[in-house]
Amino acid sequence: MTHYDEMMAKKNQIMHSAIGIDFDAFEEDGISFDYERMMKEAGYTIEELQDIQAEFFVGNTPIIELTNLTALARKLAPEGYGARIFIKDEATNPSGSFKARRASIAVHEARKRGYKGLIAATSGNYGAGVASLAAKAGLECIVVQETYDSRHVGQPEIVEKARACEAYGAEVLQLSVGPELFYKFLQLLEDTGYFNASLYTPFGIAGVETLGYEIAMQMRERYGKDPEAVVVTNAGGGNLTGTARGLIKAGALNTRIVAASVDLSGLHMASDNDFNRKSFTTGHTGFGVPFCTNPDRSDVPRSAARPLRYIDEYYTIRQGEVFYMTEALANLEGLERGPAGNTSLAVAFSLAQKMKEDEFILVQETEYTGAGKHLNPQLSFARENGIDIFFGDPKDEVPGKNIILPKDPSMIEAQVLDVTGLKRSYLRNQINKKGSKDFSEREMEYLREEMKVNQTELDKLLQEL
Amino acid sequence: MENVKKGTWVRIHSIALDVKERAANIPEDTRSVPLEQWTKGRLLEDAAVGDEVEVKTASGRIAAGKLVEVNPQYELNYGKLVPELIEIGESLRSMLWRNK
Repeated sequence: MTHYDEMMAKKNQIMHSAIGIDFDAFEEDGISFDYERMMKEAGYTIEELQDIQAEFFVGNTPIIELTNLTALARKLAPEGYGARIFIKDEATNPSGSFKARRASIAVHEARKRGYKGLIAATSGNYGAGVASLAAKAGLECIVVQETYDSRHVGQPEIVEKARACEAYGAEVLQLSVGPELFYKFLQLLEDTGYFNASLYTPFGIAGVETLGYEIAMQMRERYGKDPEAVVVTNAGGGNLTGTARGLIKAGALNTRIVAASVDLSGLHMASDNDFNRKSFTTGHTGFGVPFCTNPDRSDVPRSAARPLRYIDEYYTIRQGEVFYMTEALANLEGLERGPAGNTSLAVAFSLAQKMKEDEFILVQETEYTGAGKHLNPQLSFARENGIDIFFGDPKDEVPGKNIILPKDPSMIEAQVLDVTGLKRSYLRNQINKKGSKDFSEREMEYLREEMKVNQTELDKLLQEL
Repeated sequence: MENVKKGTWVRIHSIALDVKERAANIPEDTRSVPLEQWTKGRLLEDAAVGDEVEVKTASGRIAAGKLVEVNPQYELNYGKLVPELIEIGESLRSMLWRNK
């Protein structure tokens, strides 16, 4: 056995002592487990979450109406169309993104249970969130990130995130490309005995519920109604799951949950060569799709992020369109923000044109920007790495080869991603896990919940496979 | 040879997994290179750049590796200007404010 295999064999034992949740307690018949009981027993109520986040000065972020982008969308839309566009300014959280919400609960949990520190495996905002709040709680923090390709060239966005984590006093262990990051992560957990600040535990997801809850409360207070649609940038599924659960807890049952990911099809996520040909490090289809169809591929036995339970619609958008909208947000709204939320902003701008003028569409996050994370260094880096950047029709964009900036804002068009197709892939994975299509009554109930379908729809999906 | 004093903030590099130790199910281009790692910390003994050393990291861990950088600096910047971005701003503003 290699060191790698030895470490991977100890996975469950290390994870158990580094999270303190007995995931086996929620396992049921065959493929099913009791998701809601796990969220209840290992998670927190909205009131408890609000108290913890208030202590860390996280949450209660403003919602800004994007009046000028709405006006632009209306110029492009048919008469009577062009929904009002809103954005929740999550960049105003400590560490500059909504990830502070998830981090606050992880840090609270680690402190409560007497861990001396936390470890997070992330290249992005979550690491900065954990580092920032660990600093406030007086805990140690280690962030493990995939940073460089084999030429020692690093994505500007990831290099910036390392800087931010170090600014908050964390140790950042930087690795070259490869999924064996998880091996290093396990080794560090075992060596230090620190808490696993996984993004996928019940508390990691519960932390985002306040975001959805606040959206409903703030919109009702100011406008007397819930938004018709909330657009969420989707990667690992936690942002979407938490936001949707929060909206449901607030009783906003008619709000459509719209997922948005940058289209990076054709680029391999574990490829050394492709690593620096991506101009987005998250919020893209390389994470969004596999985490929908196999949520338990995460770093915990049962992920609390289960996006297919909540997604109503899913759209992809191209890199050039997101960069264009990032520039539009700065120039027309006076908001200079990072790329993550702008993925859903570009989708919202497109969808708003198909919605009535009296309807509301809300983008549920922004993130901070700065050297490395700004669109100019991202595009300049892409150009240096051989990516062609030019004005044209975004439909011709080929990820890894070019980035096409729309010649005109009318060319920005979100593309439908077939959610039924995702459900089919999810079901195929479950059939493989079970080894047959012979599901028990409880397993059938579980599958209906997992895919947000009724029995007729489930039967149809099962017949097709 | 440059002498780096004990206690100096440095960056170290090492191989986390050799080519032959890498996971089986990864793309060929990734499997053909080692998994490398870098971290930073305070040097535990006087050394020179290129030496195998030990450091105490920000989290208090002792880590070993080759000393590659003394007082490691951030080289982030805003990159070379991408002139297309200026054009996007100009055209959007004229579309909304100046061309009614």
